Amino acid sequence: MKYTEGSEIRDAKAPSGPIEERWEKRKFSAKLVNPANKRKLHVIVVGTGLAGGSAAATLGELGYNVTSFCYQDSPRRAHSIAAQGGINAAKNYRGDGDSIYRLFYDTVKGGDFRARESNVYRLAQVSVNIIDQAVAQGVPFAREYGGLLDTRSFGGAQVSRTFYARGQTGQQLLLGAYQALERQVAAGTVTMHTRHEMLDLIVSDGRARGVIVRDMVTGEIERHVADAVVLATGGYGNVFFLSTNAKGCNTTAIWRAHERGAYFANPCYTQIHPTCIPVSGEYQSKLTLMSESLRNDGRVWVPLRKNDSRAPGDIPEQERDYYLERIYPAFGNLVPRDIASRAAKNVCDEGRGVGPGGLGVYLDFRDAIGRLGRDAVEKKYGNLFEMYERITGENPYDVPMRIYPAVHYTMGGLWVDYDLQSTIPGLFVIGEANFSDHGANRLGASALMQGLADGYFVLPTTIGDYLANGPYEDVDEEAVAAAEIKVREKIERLLSVNGTRTPDSFHRELGKLMWDYCGMERTEESLRKALERIPELRAEFWQNVKVTGTAEELNQVLEKAGRVADFFDLAELMCLDALVRTESCGGHFRAESQDSDGEALRDDEQFAHVSAWERTPDGPVLHKEALEYEYVKMTQRSYK
Amino acid sequence: MNLTLRVWRQSGPTDAGRMVTYRVEDVSPDMSFLEMLDVLNERLILEGDDPIAFDHDCREGICGMCGMVINGVAHGEQRATTTCQLHMRHFEDGATITIEPWRAAPFPVVKDLVVDRSAFDRIIQAGGFVSVPAGSAPDAHSIPVRKEDADSAFDAATCIGCGACVAACPNGSASLFTAAKITHLSLLPQGQPERVSRAKAMVDQMDAEGFGGCTNTGECTAVCPKGIPLDTIAQMNSDYLKANTK
Repeated sequence: MKYTEGSEIRDAKAPSGPIEERWEKRKFSAKLVNPANKRKLHVIVVGTGLAGGSAAATLGELGYNVTSFCYQDSPRRAHSIAAQGGINAAKNYRGDGDSIYRLFYDTVKGGDFRARESNVYRLAQVSVNIIDQAVAQGVPFAREYGGLLDTRSFGGAQVSRTFYARGQTGQQLLLGAYQALERQVAAGTVTMHTRHEMLDLIVSDGRARGVIVRDMVTGEIERHVADAVVLATGGYGNVFFLSTNAKGCNTTAIWRAHERGAYFANPCYTQIHPTCIPVSGEYQSKLTLMSESLRNDGRVWVPLRKNDSRAPGDIPEQERDYYLERIYPAFGNLVPRDIASRAAKNVCDEGRGVGPGGLGVYLDFRDAIGRLGRDAVEKKYGNLFEMYERITGENPYDVPMRIYPAVHYTMGGLWVDYDLQSTIPGLFVIGEANFSDHGANRLGASALMQGLADGYFVLPTTIGDYLANGPYEDVDEEAVAAAEIKVREKIERLLSVNGTRTPDSFHRELGKLMWDYCGMERTEESLRKALERIPELRAEFWQNVKVTGTAEELNQVLEKAGRVADFFDLAELMCLDALVRTESCGGHFRAESQDSDGEALRDDEQFAHVSAWERTPDGPVLHKEALEYEYVKMTQRSYK
Repeated sequence: MNLTLRVWRQSGPTDAGRMVTYRVEDVSPDMSFLEMLDVLNERLILEGDDPIAFDHDCREGICGMCGMVINGVAHGEQRATTTCQLHMRHFEDGATITIEPWRAAPFPVVKDLVVDRSAFDRIIQAGGFVSVPAGSAPDAHSIPVRKEDADSAFDAATCIGCGACVAACPNGSASLFTAAKITHLSLLPQGQPERVSRAKAMVDQMDAEGFGGCTNTGECTAVCPKGIPLDTIAQMNSDYLKANTK
């Protein structure tokens, strides 16, 4: 795939000066909208997860006229709900040496020096307010007997800064945001459209001015025009077909915005989560994560010998390899996700994997149960153990869990500046849908933090500045009509093929190809293969996909086909991005770039930049944004 | 495993609907119930038939989107399980399985097994929140909360809003759903200022949506995938009574 290199991105609009003053400075320089004028300003928010739900609620509270969309039957179902482990915040309630600066440092380092310092510092600053906000909403965080909040430690950190609500932290935080959102629906500031899917972005005079959506019940194509658009539509991990994402998660909203001119940054940065339940068969529809918090007490091991078929209980201590503790004595089982995942792949590649197909490693609670007692372990992880048993039919109190890495999160996303605004003025992108805070690898318990930081605290300030600089020109009706026609044509085309393969069968094949060639380990050869194969498969899709039913009804096959079509285009860009970035960093591991210990080897000379891709009729254009580190010295990450 | 499925098919709200029988073969016991339906749907698409529409999303038992009445029981016979977490190893080879949507007047069928549960959102809109605009919160440690209260609040807050309680109730009552939220917020200091008005508004909305009354049958808690306890309804009634005697 050919690409050209375009102009550098020189200004991401972060304020200058000492890092701890930058957000304060930006807040003060942001123009304000007169309260009376706010209700005349219309903002569209797409997606109702932690980022979108909290943003729509907050914009409603501020008095803006908000329209919110989600594809599920209720905003409460967005996939943030499935986050288990917790949310980081630099509260230092433990007095264990935590601080805003340390959370900032850990996040920049955990991201393998591929995130913007200014953004990450702001995230760490705002983290403390999130906990306050959530507690005030009635989020039932875990507490200690003294009535104060409990915390636990998480991968990539040596302090205990993760707040949690049993294994359902995402659920409880999302319900907090959902309830705040429904309060605004009742107040009339937010109009909620459930079972609606965004299919295009309306760009008029170079500005984002609305969306084209499909009512998934009636099939009606609707136009919604506004003064600004916020995309909070999550990540694109489902390009791999099997992932821990919800089945409905897709790239369509951000991809269509990319087609309209928004740059797509670092698409190859994919997080492979080390602790998921392994695949059991061909019919597998999704993978289930076991919270990383389990690594606090569970010990990861495989047999020392290859192809050891003994039951785990029959393998004596001296014939077990607790490989994370062995290779990384300082962090042990709590190394960051990318490192834990690759280590699991390595031992399985050596033939020491366990379970069907040898694609699994043990996560063993025997010692924790011995040390703390079964009751204490059950209190901490009861629901996770139950979930595991439900899926596998095995009881983890008696037999160690089997886990294997799976696609979990995408650090890449639409490029945004410090204000979370994309390259299309008036288009803001928040949460997992943007690329901004996690660099090449996200630390555990940081997704919830970022989603809520963006939605409750950052976006409401920065979008106000954009709106205060209006009013902008009237919306060009022709642009609206053209977007609608494009959507209708795509639907007609999908329905007219009438081939012999289902959308899911294409999706499975694409996913397998991406996992094999652009998964945990990438090589020039594998990526070139993928770039050859994807266009062929896409061509077959458009000639041979079968979509039943009509456009004017609830049609889940049609919905799926449209999403798969966009995944093809995205997959291609991911592979190109992975091919161009010949270094290894965080979740992006190029086999050609590793040190003598097999660890990821960055190339800061060539690649200390964000790769922001523009889509043009002549092919992709790469714009680089240089990353500068004034505060955290770039070092090779070491968790040993 | 080979199975016979009897599935409720209804093309839209105005269609009368009917049971349709399908044979499914070579079902793996490790499949989830929804994966079994996926396989059937793939076949139906290739045969040019309309696949069975059903709601689902996270497939890990937390989003609350899936829900079917399986052999007469909401989410199937396995306790404390959502439909997506139900696995085929719990069925016998050769069995006939009946699959229907939630049936309750306030949950009209949209298509096949998909129902409209927006009434639940409107019950939350009526008062299922603490009024605290973003940025106005005091420090999280300014109000300690007894661990027991926080834990009990969590037990109630774990409701996923799937609607199984309504589908199981002979009266089509939404009491367990409504009570779970009322109880969650009533047990926490943050929920106190609006406690009484919340209970009244939510119960009134529940009634306005056409859900039936609670007669303490307990079918709701028996099918609840999260095991929301029945005594939350006592908490709801207590708060509601206070609202009406003030």
